Amino acid sequence: MTDRTAGADRTTAPAPTADPAAALYRTVALVRGFEQRAVELVRAKVVLGGIHPYTGQEAIAAGTCAALRPDDVITSTHRGHGHVLAKGADPARTMAELAGRATGLNRGRGGSMHAADFGVGVLGANAVVGAAVPIAAGAAWAFRRAGSDRVALSYFGDGAVSQGVVLEAFNLAALWRVPLVLVCENNGFATSMRTEDTVAGSILGRAAAFGIPARTVDGTDPEAVRDATAEAVARARSGAGPTLLECTAYRFDAHHTWEHTARPRYRTDAEVAAGRARDPLEVQGARLPAATRAAIDAEVAQLLDRAVRFARESPHPDPAGALDHLYATGLRARAGAR
Amino acid sequence: MPKLSYLKALNRAIGDEMDRDEAVCVFGEDVGVAVTHATAGLLKRFGPDRVLDTPISEQAFTSFATGAALAGLRPLIEFQIPALLFLVFEQIANQAHKFSLMTGGQTRVPVTYLLPGSGSRESWAGQHSDHPYSLFAHVGVKTAVPATPADAYGLLVTAIRDDDPVVVFAPSGALGVREDLDLAALAPVPLGVGRIHRRGTDVTVVAVGHLVHDALAVAEDLAGTVSVEVFDPRTLFPFDWSGLAASLERTGRLVVVDDSNRSCGIGGEIVATAAEEMRLIAPPRRVTRPDGAVLPFARELDLACQPTRAQLRAAVEKAVGAG
Ligand SMILES: Cc1ncc(C[n+]2csc(CCOP(=O)(O)OP(=O)(O)O)c2C)c(N)n1
Repeated sequence: MTDRTAGADRTTAPAPTADPAAALYRTVALVRGFEQRAVELVRAKVVLGGIHPYTGQEAIAAGTCAALRPDDVITSTHRGHGHVLAKGADPARTMAELAGRATGLNRGRGGSMHAADFGVGVLGANAVVGAAVPIAAGAAWAFRRAGSDRVALSYFGDGAVSQGVVLEAFNLAALWRVPLVLVCENNGFATSMRTEDTVAGSILGRAAAFGIPARTVDGTDPEAVRDATAEAVARARSGAGPTLLECTAYRFDAHHTWEHTARPRYRTDAEVAAGRARDPLEVQGARLPAATRAAIDAEVAQLLDRAVRFARESPHPDPAGALDHLYATGLRARAGAR
Repeated sequence: MPKLSYLKALNRAIGDEMDRDEAVCVFGEDVGVAVTHATAGLLKRFGPDRVLDTPISEQAFTSFATGAALAGLRPLIEFQIPALLFLVFEQIANQAHKFSLMTGGQTRVPVTYLLPGSGSRESWAGQHSDHPYSLFAHVGVKTAVPATPADAYGLLVTAIRDDDPVVVFAPSGALGVREDLDLAALAPVPLGVGRIHRRGTDVTVVAVGHLVHDALAVAEDLAGTVSVEVFDPRTLFPFDWSGLAASLERTGRLVVVDDSNRSCGIGGEIVATAAEEMRLIAPPRRVTRPDGAVLPFARELDLACQPTRAQLRAAVEKAVGAG
């Protein structure tokens, strides 16, 4: 694994949240707040291109990452901010990446859909639905081959289980018992299409076909997700191979912020209200004393204030370096116009 | 001196690199028994942890190799059929190739994709006869097309050691080539450095892959009347533009022979760049497959689509004003 080369240090140290319940709540609150700030920055045209908000699904990122070690790795999706933050990326540099700044995780070369931080084990968010699943499988295989007990975890949506490459990857992972945790985030929709209209059979059935143990987990409960992931991770570390977790949740917001202008109708206000009623922030918040919760909220708000300021104030990349990093070997591309 | 065949050169290159570097591993269909011969003996030498027979899952194992590369390995993938590259264009062009830039330089993807038997294979028909190197040069994936056993060895070694994805096309028309050489002299060949196989003063023929041998034959035929320089770029991306410019300084005339489709093929790029930037005293010419060609089955139809020595000879004569 190559180390993170981007130089900037974290702008803040992580908060000391020794209590696991409080730590989970903090991650959910951090992701929730980050998404809200990011949507504001989209509206303010500081973040261009828009984002796919993760709101409503935060328990999945928080719970899964709580069961991983820092040296384990994840691959993420087009809806990836939550995963990236939960795995430990600096919120300020993540926000700066969304804003296309030189200080961003990817030096402004990736943006929302490609946020990557190899220093904390994020092998990249991926904008092609399902594409990262075989990548995670390959990384996991390489860990085992190196004699380590590191694992890889791959997130993908309910829409991705209709992608051939995902099912091919299930086959390889099961066949070769790679230390992989497969996390399907079933948020009810693939853009406008309901899961039941795109998935024949069932998501668990996909795994069963390859002999991969699978279960459905309440993806609005961070502790349920963490406990299920811990079992899957233990299984992977022991050499027994992959496990699939179907984590169910409801996407509170638009598929993409573009919906705020285009306004496609594919669900009713009543349905959205019912979905929002089961809120991971409340599920976990209810497990804490009010004072603890308030203290975490205040700390997270401050952290995000600083992240937004950092992103807004960071320099834009120099256009002269537009094709820097195109080749790891430093090969320079020919210019387009001379 | 021993004769080295092109396939044996590929095989040696992989074996030598696996010996040299623990991180090198091989994925592919039937690589254990080595149906293409390129991986012969490797399973026995290096074991199933480094030489993996994969299920018929090109898309998954291509990105699986990317993941393994992100975690520190140097996988080589063998594809049985060049058209399989169409199946995995997403995994190579849209994933492996884009990782370095999109992550802002956080990582590298040292994967080699080996195609032992690209191009027409004597009537294997439409889905087995593509030679899609131009597509990879177009997207900027490093692309090598060696013509000789020594270059096959040297370029494959370099590809495996390179920190970026590299596609190595071994044309089926070159697999039978044998060369007398001192095995101790086998050495890496850098990407982006062409090779002049024959010096000449009247016209430069740029020939890609197995067509180098046709170009040499045509040059020999014309020896009394036209002095032909045969330039083999060896890699199409990066391309040795300065080597070509130097050759055109000497000859001022250019003919490209390229066994890929005409529109948007590498031949068009070579001609365009020469016209923009280099010394030309006559209009450049191209000999290629037809536009959008799909190679038909019947032998005479298949051959009718591939560049021929007669076409090349006619193009050379036209370029020097003798045609
Ligand atoms: C292979 C592919 N096809 C189509 C798209 C366009 N697209 C982006 S997100 C999306 C829906 C994905 O649904 P799902 O996997 O359930 O994830 P969710 O958006 O619900 O998180 C689509 C169709 C894409 N990015 N990649």
